[in-house]
Amino acid sequence: MTNTESYFIPEPSRWPIISASSVFVLLFGFILMINDVSVGSMILTAGFLMIGYIFFGWFGAVIDENLRGSYGPNVSTSFRQGMFWFITSEVFFFLTFFACLYYFRGIAIPSLSGEGHQPMSNILWDGFQDVWPLVTLPGDTNVVSGTTYTPPKEAMGAGGIPLWNTIILLSSGGTLTWAHWGLKKESKNQLVLGLMMTVALGLIFFGFQAYEYFHAYTAMDLKLTSGIYGSTFYMLTGFHGLHVTIGTIMLIVITIRSMKDHFTEENHFAFEAVAWYWHFVDVVWIGLYFFVYWL
Amino acid sequence: MSEATAHDDHHDHKPTGIGRWLFSTNHKDIGTMYLIFALVMLFLGGASAMVLRMELFMPGIQIVDPDTYNNLLTNHALIMVFGMVMPAGAGMANWMIPMMIGAPDMALPRLNNLSFWLLPMAGTMLILSMVISYFPGTGTPVNTGWTLYPPLSVQSGMGMDFLIFTVHILGISSILAAINIVTTIVNMRAPGMTWFKMPLFVWSWLFTGLLLIMIMPVLAGGVTMLLFDRHFGTSFFDAAGGGDPVLFQHLFWFFGHPEVYVLLLPSIGVLGLIIPTFSRKPLFAYKPLVWFMAALTALGMVVWAHHQYTVGMSLDATTYFMIGTILISIPVGMMLMSFIFTMWRGAMTFETPMLFGIAIILMFSFAGVTGVMLAVVPADLQYHDSYFVVAHFHYALIPGSVFGLYAAVFYWLPKWTGNMYNETQGQIFFWWTTLSFNLTFFPQHFSGLAGMPRRIVDYSPQFADFNYLSSVGGMLFGLSHLLFLYIIIKTIKGGEKAPANPWEGSQIGTTGLEWTLPSPPPFHSFNTPPAIK
Amino acid sequence: MSKLRQVFNRGLLLIASTLFSLPAFAVREYNLPEPASTITREIYDLHMLTAWVATAIMIIVTGIILYALINFRKSKGYQPDMEFNHTWFGRWSWALVPAIVLGIDFSIAGSATETLGNIESHDPADVTVKVTGSQWKWTYEYMDDDLKIVSNLNKDIPADNDLYLRDVDNRLVLPTNKRVRFLHTATDVLHAWWVPAIAYKKDSIPGYINETWTVIDKEGVYRGQCAENCGTGHAFMPIVVEAVSPAKYDEWMKGQKVAMAAAMAEASSDKIWDQAELMERGEKLYNTSCAACHMPTGAGIPGVFPALKGSPVALGDMSKHIDIILKGVAGTAMASWANQLNDLELAAIITYERNAWGNNTGDSTQPADIKAAR
Ligand code: HEA
Ligand code: HEA
Ligand code: HEC
Ligand code: CUA
Ligand SMILES: [Cu+2]
Repeated sequence: MTNTESYFIPEPSRWPIISASSVFVLLFGFILMINDVSVGSMILTAGFLMIGYIFFGWFGAVIDENLRGSYGPNVSTSFRQGMFWFITSEVFFFLTFFACLYYFRGIAIPSLSGEGHQPMSNILWDGFQDVWPLVTLPGDTNVVSGTTYTPPKEAMGAGGIPLWNTIILLSSGGTLTWAHWGLKKESKNQLVLGLMMTVALGLIFFGFQAYEYFHAYTAMDLKLTSGIYGSTFYMLTGFHGLHVTIGTIMLIVITIRSMKDHFTEENHFAFEAVAWYWHFVDVVWIGLYFFVYWL
Repeated sequence: MSEATAHDDHHDHKPTGIGRWLFSTNHKDIGTMYLIFALVMLFLGGASAMVLRMELFMPGIQIVDPDTYNNLLTNHALIMVFGMVMPAGAGMANWMIPMMIGAPDMALPRLNNLSFWLLPMAGTMLILSMVISYFPGTGTPVNTGWTLYPPLSVQSGMGMDFLIFTVHILGISSILAAINIVTTIVNMRAPGMTWFKMPLFVWSWLFTGLLLIMIMPVLAGGVTMLLFDRHFGTSFFDAAGGGDPVLFQHLFWFFGHPEVYVLLLPSIGVLGLIIPTFSRKPLFAYKPLVWFMAALTALGMVVWAHHQYTVGMSLDATTYFMIGTILISIPVGMMLMSFIFTMWRGAMTFETPMLFGIAIILMFSFAGVTGVMLAVVPADLQYHDSYFVVAHFHYALIPGSVFGLYAAVFYWLPKWTGNMYNETQGQIFFWWTTLSFNLTFFPQHFSGLAGMPRRIVDYSPQFADFNYLSSVGGMLFGLSHLLFLYIIIKTIKGGEKAPANPWEGSQIGTTGLEWTLPSPPPFHSFNTPPAIK
Repeated sequence: MSKLRQVFNRGLLLIASTLFSLPAFAVREYNLPEPASTITREIYDLHMLTAWVATAIMIIVTGIILYALINFRKSKGYQPDMEFNHTWFGRWSWALVPAIVLGIDFSIAGSATETLGNIESHDPADVTVKVTGSQWKWTYEYMDDDLKIVSNLNKDIPADNDLYLRDVDNRLVLPTNKRVRFLHTATDVLHAWWVPAIAYKKDSIPGYINETWTVIDKEGVYRGQCAENCGTGHAFMPIVVEAVSPAKYDEWMKGQKVAMAAAMAEASSDKIWDQAELMERGEKLYNTSCAACHMPTGAGIPGVFPALKGSPVALGDMSKHIDIILKGVAGTAMASWANQLNDLELAAIITYERNAWGNNTGDSTQPADIKAAR
């Protein structure tokens, strides 16, 4: 049951308002940059630096408090629940893009090709056919529209790198769990080793993904501008990649903290939060592999 | 008094100076900041509405050009929805929920401050989106309306980028606030505060919070795709590349429809306190009400496409969305029924909050039944995008959520400030707003049916009469808010001292923990978990 | 409480004075216009049904509340009935009330589904018209007759005239008592074609085609407006449909075809046009096609639509000027005009733009040049 006796209320803190301002600076810089205003990238960089500063400062403060033992069990539960709801919101963020993919393939493109529920649309795109992955675009068959899209030469296959990446990410889930067992057994070696392997697998995944993008852009002509196949491909894998990156950084942080003996068997919220996050990223990848690469 | 917080040295003396506000981790201070922010935004959003109504006073273009009109319209809606109603609701949640459930503060106090401070940042960004279009070479102002439909929003100038990121910041703020509130409710209840002892307001925020966690990311995803279409050459919303502009509408309304319940539910929660208080009788059918609120949350998530009956969905999809939408009358009807039968055989008095409460039940029912008319697809093919819709949603939004907030302000001002407001002035305000509100928006049903589309800067003389009434009403309605402001400021400054429990019936049928604290309450509400009956 | 009374009385006075002043407004229309087609009549009936159901529900709700307000007030010494919540009604209302509401819901949904089925029916049509919305005009293509009509706002009507913003230069002419099928699409952004008396709305979506249909049963002129925000000129794209008997329709169609053939012949003839002729035609065409954005003065709207007066394009290289108008500028409101105007018309507009408003380049271009540039 809840216990208020030991509840911890932090002192006034300057981190929230600094965070809010740095989000503003970051986005302001980004907007200027994509609109070709020259100071934009400088402001953007300043924003990134501010964010980095906050990560050290705010998280540092939280870690200190934790180590000083300020947090009772109640706080820890609040953190856990907070993280749970945060991941729920992330789930909905990814569901959005999966739903879009479904929408294009199941509803939009059939209509453009003369099937579906708005079949007459095909008179605007005479000759367009529904073949997924979309290597010919509706715009290709229409001379007037002056389309700015260029279709990809070929689509991404499911073998090769993506398959390897699936294996890598799945095993990273395994090594992370193994590390967790280590934590529970109070075996520091197993904990640190498990975490290091997880980080390594994360980095390899990241490298493969970067190579895949490079290959797609240069050899396959598969770009953001390649019509809806390219758009959905990069949107889904890109946001996933972003999460892998964030996850890897967090993993590195907790690896270092593990080496410094920050976690105990009963007090390791940070470890769990990162683990949940990583498993979530893992599950998203399986969805991606299935729906983006395979089907 | 025992050690309630880790640093008891900080107990009841508050931090001082500007830092108390900037760096606050106190739920009441943050709540106050939310409420003040909302009040400022009410006037900003209202001022833009006044310009709209002045422009529509008579046919012909008098004061703003078409793009400026639509830009003001967009900002009016976004400011009212995201800047006014949601922060006001969050401010009340901050103030009241910890007190109601017997907690010392919110579960994650620093995060709480972050969700607040993101709002002024978003506000600044919104203002930038408007100002930027006055610089040469930045393209058209944002003239899409708050729904930001592509391809028009892809055409818009740089202001749209600012608006997209405004939405992002607002979204982060709402998600963080929602996470915090849900966690507080689930984890911070005092021992003995079981689920079905929670006041309805707490329940309503639990569901609101869940909705926000599920819908805000979808809107964020949608506007992100918009940004990519604008700047990075993707074709999500362009048929030439295999995309579809309608997809954006699905994403927007997947967020947008539940959003209207986000706006509505906190006010329903407030009614669930006010009506029993002034009827001196426990809330009728409390448990079913909670269950139906849960049903509304679930059903509200799956009927979004009733905003897009005209986009040409398949017959099956259209039929599904129609029936789903009409069924929403069941949970909402249940809620209103609960309130009506709370009054039944009670002993009513008519202080300002109660007057608002009764008016809300009547006017919101009216909004609801016009909503059901809109839900009927063939008829909506006539109503859609006409002023009939504008009338429906202002009836839903203003009585449904804004008046609920006004009622809450009058109900809780004594608790917040320690002073009673002046009842006569409160009642004048009530009659003034209610009558002028109806004068503003009732005629719009007729102009809409007669064929006046929304989002137009100029119209034909055949719509002139109703618009004239509507504009006169709008001005009166706007002016009434000056009285509102006056009452609030005057009550903060002083007045008759309020007792801990100024309302005779406020603890009937509920635990009413908030009323056991003095008015105004101490800096930290409950240092020890209160005993619960 | 006497103060409250006073306030209340004043409130009543305000309502009453408003109500009394209403007839003085001589409000002409306050409901959907009188339907003039089979399908809109069906919708109208459905609308009236739901409106009456809504009214009835409001009367019941208001009645119950008024009764409670009058009877259960503390000032009358009424004691709250604490047992009320535990009576049989208190225990079963959660099932009873929803059951009643469900009943009403299903009867509404039932009649709606029927009408919806009719709306979505795809029976063969006698006349098919493709309706294309563009910023800010409507283009009608009679699919079986190869005829195209471009319909713009009639700008000559003053703001105090009833037809202000409700009239166009070229009407859409349709036969009565024939099944007409509309194919809706758009070239740039969303629009919606809506003529309440004869045709419900479906959105015009660039790249997609939506269908609606109607059978008009009364001759007459029907008006409507674009009903989906399409930007700056959204308030300024009215719709006028003229419904005539099938005989008159056929006659009209014949006339149009003759006129069109003549225009085609003129445009593709080898005639070399002199500048004055082109300027004269160009001015008219510019004012109907281009002035909505670039303004009749050629000054545009700063920051939104570029000025053509003094513009480097209009003063500079001719081929670039032609190219912009033929292809449009992707991602902006400037659409391609290649399919909207014929060679002669384009040549006239371009010549006009290069010589009007002080753009004294003195050069002119010929239909043949445009043809070559296509
Ligand atoms: C607080 C906000 C709020 C609320 C609560 C609602 C509630 C409802 N709304 Fe509304 N709506 C909006 C805000 C809101 N709406 C906004 C902002 C828009 C426009 C957005 C835009 O386009 O910009 C809109 C638009 C809108 C549309 C789209 C119209 C169009 O664009 O063509 C539709 C269509 O179905 C609709 C339906 C409904 C329904 C069925 C409900 C139901 O929840 C109502 C349920 C309540 C009742 C029914 C009354 C009580 C019940 C009884 C007394 C029992 C008996 C009743 C019956 C049997 C009918 N709304
Ligand atoms: C919670 C949300 C909310 C609230 C409270 C309001 C409040 C008001 N709205 Fe709003 N409105 C929307 C949400 C809201 N609106 C939305 C979502 C849209 C759709 C946007 C779109 O189409 O994209 C819309 C659209 C909309 C339109 C449609 C315009 C069009 O389609 O062309 C109109 C027109 O009359 C209007 C009017 C008003 C008025 C007069 C008020 C009044 O209630 C405002 C009263 C408040 C004040 C006036 C402020 C306080 C007073 C002062 C500033 C003092 C000075 C006073 C004077 C000078 C008289 N609104
Ligand atoms: C819906 C609005 C709209 C209409 C109608 C329109 N234009 Fe434009 N036009 C634009 C916009 C917007 C641009 C700016 C494009 C850009 O950003 O490069 C433009 C650019 C141009 C330019 C290039 C000017 C410059 O200095 O860059 C020319 C020439 C032009 N239009 C001619 C025409 C002609 C001729 C017509 C009619 C047949 C016409 N336009 C109709 C919106 C419109
Ligand atoms: Cu076209 Cu609005
Ligand atoms: Cu809705």
